[in-house]
Amino acid sequence: MIRRLSPPLIGFAVLVYIFLMGPLIIVIGASLSDTTFLTFPPQGLSLRWFDRIFEMAAFRRTMVTSFQVAMLATCFALLVGIPAAYALNRYRIQLPGWLSTLFVLPVLVPEIVLGFSLLRSVQVGAGLPVFSALLIGHTLLVLPYCVRVISASLSSFDFSIEEAAISLGAPPWQAFFVVVLPNIRSGVIAAFILAFITSINDVSVALFLTGPGISTLPIQILAHVEQFFDPVVASVSVLLMVLTVAVMAIVERTLGLTFLTR
Amino acid sequence: MAPALSLSHVSAHYGATRILDDLSLRVDGGELVSLLGASGCGKTTTLRVIAGFLPATTGTITLGGTDLTRLPAHRRNIGIVFQNYALFPHLTVRDNVAFGLKQRGMAAATRAREAAEILKIVGLADFSDRFPAALSGGQRQRVALARALVVRPPLLMFDEPLSNLDAKLRIDMRVEIRQLQQSNGTTAVFVTHDQEEAFSISDRVAIMDSGRIHQFDTPETLYQRPADSFVARFVGFVNLVSLQVSQRNGAIVTTQGPGGYRLLLDQDRLGPIPDRFMLAARPDGLRISDADIDEGIPATVGIRTYLGRTYHYQVETASGPLTATGSLSDPLGAGRHVRLIPDLDQCCILPDKEST
Ligand SMILES: Nc1ncnc2c1ncn2[C@@H]1O[C@H](COP(=O)(O)OP(=O)(O)OP(=O)(O)O)[C@@H](O)[C@H]1O
Ligand SMILES: [Mg+2]
Repeated sequence: MIRRLSPPLIGFAVLVYIFLMGPLIIVIGASLSDTTFLTFPPQGLSLRWFDRIFEMAAFRRTMVTSFQVAMLATCFALLVGIPAAYALNRYRIQLPGWLSTLFVLPVLVPEIVLGFSLLRSVQVGAGLPVFSALLIGHTLLVLPYCVRVISASLSSFDFSIEEAAISLGAPPWQAFFVVVLPNIRSGVIAAFILAFITSINDVSVALFLTGPGISTLPIQILAHVEQFFDPVVASVSVLLMVLTVAVMAIVERTLGLTFLTR
Repeated sequence: MAPALSLSHVSAHYGATRILDDLSLRVDGGELVSLLGASGCGKTTTLRVIAGFLPATTGTITLGGTDLTRLPAHRRNIGIVFQNYALFPHLTVRDNVAFGLKQRGMAAATRAREAAEILKIVGLADFSDRFPAALSGGQRQRVALARALVVRPPLLMFDEPLSNLDAKLRIDMRVEIRQLQQSNGTTAVFVTHDQEEAFSISDRVAIMDSGRIHQFDTPETLYQRPADSFVARFVGFVNLVSLQVSQRNGAIVTTQGPGGYRLLLDQDRLGPIPDRFMLAARPDGLRISDADIDEGIPATVGIRTYLGRTYHYQVETASGPLTATGSLSDPLGAGRHVRLIPDLDQCCILPDKEST
């Protein structure tokens, strides 16, 4: 039997939705405005601020950089994070308890501090180029999330399943790919999405690491609104959201399907 | 016949804790051997060492003449039925069963045929396309069994495979396991903490405690001639009485218990009796008598329990509390002074505690 929802509960839910969706609606509305200044509700409808993005080389360039960095940093973080989470859970009894805390600790460091210390060590200290420094910074930024999310799905994983595969003749590495990975698929996808979004939206770390010539989209948006007040930042944001959702969908699809067909 | 599986002087540790202590076991080809013991005595650990999931810190393990000790787990070719089944949740029943065949590089068509065949044998032909989550406990158990059997391993190991099933299914499944094991002639090691289960399906049973095997024998021998007090208690000899020989007269031996009571024993019925020993008896092997005799163990009646065909009495003696049997025709009240007469055909002689 389905219980009827009470009217106050429905009202509350609607309010929460409005609160959550508000910024989204405002940004989408503002991006469609025909005016030369940022406004909501939009006055007149036009797509000209979307056209404008592609006329401005800085936005094009930084968007590509942002996507490259987000994609690569997420992949690096998963490459490190999946084995780390696996080891932490597989050998939980043998390992000291603080070890898994250690992997989550960086989350507590304010991102500004992370950015600044990376600037001092990686860029000034080691003299790495901007792009590599950004990549390292973002990998470090998203790694704790990956470890955390994948650990969560591994904590309910029964490792005797892995032993069953080994007893049937699968070498340990193969047992990992054929039996463990498919069963933590949803955790890996969630970690990917969380890491990607964290990286592509990051300002604090990128603020320190971007330099002349190379910048990320959020930094470029920041630089733009310091001088101009036109709706192009809104349309860039909308484009960024659309592209991010597209990446999510592709990840969900391909990662989901490759695991299913194994 | 050379043993199919042999463990000699195997020890195993988790960290610094020794779990298996100089354990030796020889299982003959085609034999089903049970490891029986209380929770935490090291049964699962023994299987894990044989399977190669836990290294043996000392000793050697051989299977069919090959030394397994340093062989990695995936090359040992041992079928395992796990306690919680450990089916692959993301694979269908058919793919679960075919997994081992795939690992052996068998062609897809052959794989499908073999899997279908074994699924028919375990009665799951109609469930091939289901996922494990959509099966009952008994069906999962059968899939686990089929998955281990289909690769025809020289050794099958079961870790409490029936403990998650209800009582009736448990009995059906154990008969089924025994039949499959015998018809394939597979050597099997079966872990359980259920004595009835172990005794009913095994050729031989190893009784384990704290990482050691106390006795490894046929169920009949274990039941009638336990080798030490641990095994004796385990198979129901609840009465253990320390005695000392005071006089030998041919086969008849006069013994003395604590407090000076006398007990006459017959070596023709009990086997050789050392000078210091323990007499072990089940409740049925200790008859209560209120006749005025100067033989038997003096006792004071405590609690009486009615068991349908007889009474059981908790009694106090100089050798501690014991449990004895009395006839229905003559119920005795608490506080009565009686004698306990052992039925020598149902008793056995154990080495005294201090000498073991
Ligand atoms: N991973 C582990 N780390 C440390 N100690 C362990 C580990 N696994 C088991 N032990 C210890 O080893 C001993 C034997 O465990 P084992 O699992 O072999 O018992 P068992 O006889 O199978 O018991 P049960 O009937 O409960 O399954 C226990 O005292 C247990 O606490
Ligand atoms: Mg166990």
